[in-house]
Formats: sequence, C-alpha cells, structure tokens
Amino acid sequence: MDQQQQQSAIQGAKVLMVGAGGIGCELLKTLALSGFHDIHIIDMDTIEVSNLNRQFLFRRSHVGQSKAKVARDAVLRFRPHINIRSYHANVKNPEFDVDFFKQFDVVLNGLDNLDARRHVNRLCLAADVPLVESGTTGFLGQVTVHVKGKTECYECQTKPTPKTYPVCTITSTPTKFVHCIVWAKELLFAKLFGDKNQDNDLNVRANKAASASKETEDVFERAEDEDIEQYSRKIYDHVFGYNIEAALSNEETWKNRRRPRPIYSKDVLPESLTQKNGSTQNCSAASDDDSATVSAMPLLGLKNPQELWGLTQNSLVFIEALKLFFAKRKKEIGHLTFDKDDQLAVEFVTAAANIRAESFGIPLHSLFEAKGIAGNIVHAVATTNAIVAGLIVIEAIKVLKKDADKYRMTYCLEHPSRKMLLMPVEPFEPNPSCYVCSKTPLVLEINTQKSKLRDLVDKIVKAKLGMNLPLIMHGASLLYEVGDDLDDIMVANYNANLEKSLSELPSPVINGSILTVEDLQQELSCKINVKHREEFDEEKEPEGMVLSGWTQSPATNGESASTSNNESAVDVTESSSGPEIASKKRKLSETQPENHKRETENVESEDDDDLVEIENPMTVSKKKRVA
Amino acid sequence: MKKNSLDKEVLLSRFSRLNLRMDGEELTEQETALYDRQIRVWGANAQRRLTKSHILVSGIKGTVAEFCKNIVLAGVGSVTLMDDSLVNEEALNANFLIPPDENAYKGKTVAEICCDSLKDFNPMVLVSVEKGDLSARSTEFFEKFDVVVIGYGSLATKKAVNEKCRKLSKRVAFYTVDCRDSCGEIFVDLQDYKYTKKKLEEKVECELNFPSFQEAVSVPWKPIPRRTAKLYFAMRVIEVFEENEGRKHGECSLLDLPTVLEIKKKLCEANSVSESLIPDSLLERLITGTIEFPPACAIVGGILAQEVIKAVSGKGEPLKNFFYYDAQDGKGVMEDISNSFTS
Repeated sequence: MDQQQQQSAIQGAKVLMVGAGGIGCELLKTLALSGFHDIHIIDMDTIEVSNLNRQFLFRRSHVGQSKAKVARDAVLRFRPHINIRSYHANVKNPEFDVDFFKQFDVVLNGLDNLDARRHVNRLCLAADVPLVESGTTGFLGQVTVHVKGKTECYECQTKPTPKTYPVCTITSTPTKFVHCIVWAKELLFAKLFGDKNQDNDLNVRANKAASASKETEDVFERAEDEDIEQYSRKIYDHVFGYNIEAALSNEETWKNRRRPRPIYSKDVLPESLTQKNGSTQNCSAASDDDSATVSAMPLLGLKNPQELWGLTQNSLVFIEALKLFFAKRKKEIGHLTFDKDDQLAVEFVTAAANIRAESFGIPLHSLFEAKGIAGNIVHAVATTNAIVAGLIVIEAIKVLKKDADKYRMTYCLEHPSRKMLLMPVEPFEPNPSCYVCSKTPLVLEINTQKSKLRDLVDKIVKAKLGMNLPLIMHGASLLYEVGDDLDDIMVANYNANLEKSLSELPSPVINGSILTVEDLQQELSCKINVKHREEFDEEKEPEGMVLSGWTQSPATNGESASTSNNESAVDVTESSSGPEIASKKRKLSETQPENHKRETENVESEDDDDLVEIENPMTVSKKKRVA
Repeated sequence: MKKNSLDKEVLLSRFSRLNLRMDGEELTEQETALYDRQIRVWGANAQRRLTKSHILVSGIKGTVAEFCKNIVLAGVGSVTLMDDSLVNEEALNANFLIPPDENAYKGKTVAEICCDSLKDFNPMVLVSVEKGDLSARSTEFFEKFDVVVIGYGSLATKKAVNEKCRKLSKRVAFYTVDCRDSCGEIFVDLQDYKYTKKKLEEKVECELNFPSFQEAVSVPWKPIPRRTAKLYFAMRVIEVFEENEGRKHGECSLLDLPTVLEIKKKLCEANSVSESLIPDSLLERLITGTIEFPPACAIVGGILAQEVIKAVSGKGEPLKNFFYYDAQDGKGVMEDISNSFTS
C-alpha cells in the first residue's frame, strides 16, 4: 500500500536541515510530526527578539542562545523519541564536506542568503544528494527540488546578486532614498566611526584641479579637546553644506539634473537648541555606557520610530547621535561597522540620509523605514513559512520515494493566479550551459596587462563564482590557492602573485589563456577562457572585467528569472550585506508575480489532467520537461 | 504620502508633540519590537487592529492547531478555544500543542492542553477555554467575537452558527476548515465586505458580497463550471454521509464506502450531473484517511490564518469563498461558488 511505502521511506530517512530560523522552525516541527526521526540541523545564528514573531520554537528567555540547539530541544518536547543532532556552526565550515553530506538521503534548505545556498548546492551535487530549496518574503514563497542529472541544479538559472549602485550615484547624484542610505552607511558612518585605513569615496572633487584632501583630513579628524558640539556641527556643515557647494560648482553634472541645495546647521538649528540637549557636554569624559541603550531619540522627546521627522528633527538627531558616539562610545570609534540592531547607528544613518535626501529633493523616510533599507531587513510572517515548510516535507517525501514524475516546484502566491494560490510546476531539466552542474567553460574579458590576479580572485572567483577556498591553475602551473597545509614559501609566492598583473605572472595569462579554477570543498571545477580587452566603460563596467557564458539558461532566455533582494520567491535570496556601492549597476529583473503572469498565460489544463503545464513564451526551446 | 518641504516640518514637529494619533492607541514599544518583521509586511495600522481582535475557535486537531499557533504569533487580542474532547493518543497526531506526557494530559480536554501551549507562544495574547456545545450557544454569544472558526464541524453546526453570526448587526467573520487525508477545505463568509487593496501603487476601495454557508453548500451542481475543484463536491457528499449516519469527523472507514457511493449517486441524480463528476478514488481517500497529514495541516492552517489576518486588518483581497488543497496534485485553489451561476 502506498501509505506503508511512504511510512517506511520516511522512517528510514536521514535528513539534513540547513537553517533553523523562520522556515527551519516550521520545517523541523512538520518533519517531526510527519514521522521523520533522524534529523540533523545546522545554523550559525543566535536568537533575537525580532525572530519571536514567527520562529515559534523560541522564547524570550532564549535570546542569545543557539537557534539549532533550542529548536532541537523544543521539538523533542513533543516528540521525545526522535533523533535530532544540532550544529551551531556555519554550513561553509570545512567539517561539512562532501563526505558529511553523503550520509544524508535528502538535504532541506531554510537559508536566507544566496552565498550559502550556492555552497550547499555544490556540495549536494558533489555528494549526489537531492536538495529541496525554499525561500519566503512576506506573503510570497517557493519550494524547488534539485536532483543531480534529473533536474536543474539551484544555479542553472542565474540568481541576481545583491543590488549595487555606481559610485557616482552615491557620492554625487542620488535620486532615490536608498542612495542616501548607502551614502550615510557606507561613506559617512564608515568615515566617522569605521576603520580609518579603509578607502572612502566621501569627498567629491569640485573640479579636477581642486584638491581638498588636506583640508578634509582635518575636518574628520577630531582634535583631543575639540568640543563635541562644535565638531558635530563642523561635520554637518562639511557634508551637507561645503561638499554640496563643491559639487554644484561642476556645471556639467547638473545640466539635466535637479540641483541639490546646501544646508548649513546655523540655518536649521539655532545654537541654543542643541546645547540644551547637550547632556553629553558635561559627561564627555564619562565611562562608556552600555552601548545597547545609548540613544538620541528619547533625549529629543522622539518616541515613535514610524513618525516622519522634518529637517529640524533630523538635524537634531544627527547632531545628538554624533555627540553621543563621542561622549559614550569613544572606545568603539574607529572599529565600528553599521549594525541594524545598533539603535544609535540606525538613528545616525536615518538622520544623515534624510538630510541628504532633503538636500536633493528626495522624499524623507521614517526611522522604521530607513532601518529596513539600511539593515536590509526581510519582512516576514509565520504563515508563509508554515506553508512553505509543509510543501518542503511533501517534496522531501517524493524524493525519498524516488517518485521523480511527481517532483514539483511550488509557488506560494499572494494573489491567486488562475485561481491558484499554490501553484505546482514541473521542474526543468539541467541547463547544459550551467557551469556548476554541467561543464561549460566561461569567458572572461579583462585587461591582462593592467588587472592583477587579486582582482580576478576577489571579483570573479569569490564574488561571482561563489568559491570560498579557490585554487587557480594555468595549465600545470598553480597560480594561487588557499589552505592550512601550505608552507610559508608557497604562501609568500601566492601573495606575490596576487599583486602581479595577469600577463606578468610566472605563467603569463594573456589573450587565449585558459584558467582552471576550483574549490576543493565544493568539488567544483570550472574553466575560464581569457580574452584580453583594452578598455572598459567606467559607468557600465566599473570592475574592469566581464564574465560571460554563465547566464544563458533556456528556461529564462538569458534574463534573470526574478526580483530584488532577500528571500523572495523565485530565486533571489540575499540579505547578508544589503545594497552596496558599485561594482556593476544591475539591471532590474522582472518581478516574480509578473514572471508568473507571463508564464501562466500559456497554461493549459486538460479536463482530466490536473497537472499544470507551463511553457515560458520566451523559450526558443530545446528546454525539455523532466519526463 | 511623504511630505518634506521646509514649511511643513515645523508643523510636523508640533504635531508629534501634541501626540495626535490616528487609530486608537499606539502599539507599545514591546509590541513594535516583537512584531517588527510582520509590521513591515502589513503595516502598523493593521497590527493595531489585530491586537484588538477576538477569535473563537471550535474543534482542534492538527490543522486548527497550526491555525491557532499562527494567529497567536500574529498578535491577535484573544483566542477562545472550544473542544471538550479528552486528550488521547489519537489527538497527539499532527498536534504539536499537546506534549505526549500521559500524566500531564490525562483527564484534560484538548482545549485545555492547547490553551497552555499557545499562551507560551505569545504572552501578549489572551488565550482561554470555553466549555460546552457550540451549536447550543445563543446568537448573543457570538457577538463577543470578530472571527469564528469551526474546525471539523458537522453540517448542522456549521449552518446554525453561520446563521447566528449573520443575524448580528456586528459583522462577524465566519470560517470553516476541514482536513482529511492530505486534502483540505476552507470556507469563508465575510458577508458584505469592504477592504482596501493595492493597485498600481494606489490604494483602491473594493467590496465583495459573500454568500452564506447555507447558500454556498446548496448551490445546484449543474451550472457549476466543469473545472471546479472536485473536492467541493466530494466534501458535500461526506457532509451528507456524516449527517445521515450521525458520525463525527473521522469516524469512518473503508467499510462505509458503499454507503458513501450511494449518497454520491443520489446527489448526482438530484443535480442532473454525471457521477463521473466526483472520482470514487477521491471519496475513498477522504473516508479512509482519517488522520491528518501534517504537511497539509501546516499548509491549510497557514492559508486560513492569512485569511483571518486579512479580514481583521481589512487589508488585502480575501479569499472568496472556498479554498481547496490536495497534496496529490499540489495545487491550492480558490473557488468562488454561489447562486450567481444560476442567474
């Protein structure tokens, strides 16, 4: 009987879950209820208050503890006799190698970032273990099945990487609020409180001739006894006043653009106003308070993070927050990076972004909204995660029964499409030009005389190809590798290679060279055909190199299948670092609901056949369905 | 609308000092922190309305347990549970709210045990137990609630409660849910419902008219479109079977199949439709699959919770008026079934 077959498949299964968060909690619960009794779960995170609205296995008293461990304990309470092994670790750790993955019958992902998903995808391919992937954002969700050789792997269709913006948009010509946030976060905050040795694009050169660098060095450096109030106003005036005026002096920039207006503190904030709130004035030498509780808003009588502040209030917050950093958190200055859970940092970035927005005529945003953008917060609810977890278990069971005909990708929609809120689609066959699961070589256009090996490693091998521990060979010559077992001479040699331009390497890489790049942990190997090119467009190709041959996927006709950021349905899932300054300006991909509207236009469901056949109208078509 | 001109910012700062609020009290700081991620989905106003809502839930098995978990996490004002059945081993199936400790649950009702577990998920929600028979309650009883959910109810109970809800001047949102084998049905009745929905960056006011439960299950079959989910018809057959035989949800087996098929035959004849409308295999699944399939519980419980959240917040297009899920084909469909087919 089918039921019995199903039960024995479940009972004999050893399952790996990656992620014990929103989807993970729901998934572990449903797996346990469904009769699974050998489950391993990996998660590197600890529990936060904002998790509690949906990660129901956790309580307030668990904040700070390991998600994987607490989830395990909670589930054992209602299913005490099952075996759950938890790992409080990063799935990218070397201990989770191919042999580790091989012990499982199926791997179930409940991750929130593209990087980890790609990594797990490769390990599952190497171990030949089926993978069930998933993602949710708000009311949207999806579940997909990946079985080596039978279906697409997770990377057969390109997944857009996080949205980045050209440097000039951030430093000189913002048009959207998010540009102001990135400026406030990556430039201003970093310059004031971050690592001083980091490069920073903050100052715009007025005309090519002007060199303000000596002056600005003085502006941002605070003298030992410099009055905090004065310093804060000086910074304010510099970034919102002087820098804007300097930018305005470059006529070309503003020919077809709205001119920003310079804003000076004396016009917005009379001296008395800030000094009254200057409780910090007298405590400048005070000890560092618990940084979690230092906040500008209460001092200014601002209680509601959803409230929209005007220019005056934003300016007050800006000054006050700056003062508080110097008064109460002096030790941290020079080592800080923006953290969305750092209230003072969020206040500062919100205020700074708003003042800049005001200057450029961009609508202002509340702290609540700004925090979401700056922290790249995924909006999330319990219900979608619960639904997706149910769908994952259903696919997992099919995989265990090897019911290949029944594998489905299922989309959970916010609004019904042809009456469907849950839409199953047959998976596609593997993409023959996927560099991960098929063996297609890639093409890299690069200036082999100017670009260094380091650029290749950072921008291509690690960032684009998602390799963590890369190894690069040119023919028989090993140009670069990472590892614990390397001796000092080799390491020195590789470091030297990094600084050389490609054509100057011991085994020169020039036009026509073929490189082999590998990641031993992921067991992924690719070939890259190198083509020399002299010039690259600064705006469109700011990285100075172009990788191709990996985007062609018949299922999407070369276009990325989906949307913006975070764990959204259909493929995109990136929330680790949020919007960043330029590498390459990304094309806005189609949004998921639209994508499905297009796809489902051709749906034909025969009377007796419940299966939804989806034909992408864009497909030229050799794409075959998994039969 | 975002305003940012210099003239208005003075006004804005004055307004904030006057503490002018819109929709009742503000969410507390604790609520804002806890509900941050979902406020980003449906907004603070919707969250405020949720915290004031009162939900009545009757009949608790796996799917309803999921539903309760979801709405408690969402932060509704209160959840009142009704289920006097005693906890036994069978109740443990698919219901993660009941810890499998016989000493702890012996002698207690399902509602009592679930109440304790649910409180734990969100201390800000008032969870309580109401004893007694739902169908014996007066119309006034239902006035206390904004939402009534009947899980696994009999045909008679569903009809009676829906009628009472419709009699009240206050609009009480009415839902039924039923899960058998790996299938599920949700019914929604919001009477005359106004809501806002987003259309191309703008907010649009819409209105829907929902048929009563009585009307929705009595719609003549002949005019109903051929592609309508078979589960609609199959569930009507099961409803009649259980009423005729005096059975509760799940009190059936393969032995009952002949009786069920006989009922199917009669109903199809009465409606002048072919018996092929309802596959026998589907009916067989529904009467032999007496225990719920946990993944289906999670799915149907999730959809139901989303609907209740939408109805309470007045935001987002509600399901009208049936939802069907079948793990076998993997589809989750909405069906709009009313007497409008006949006109």
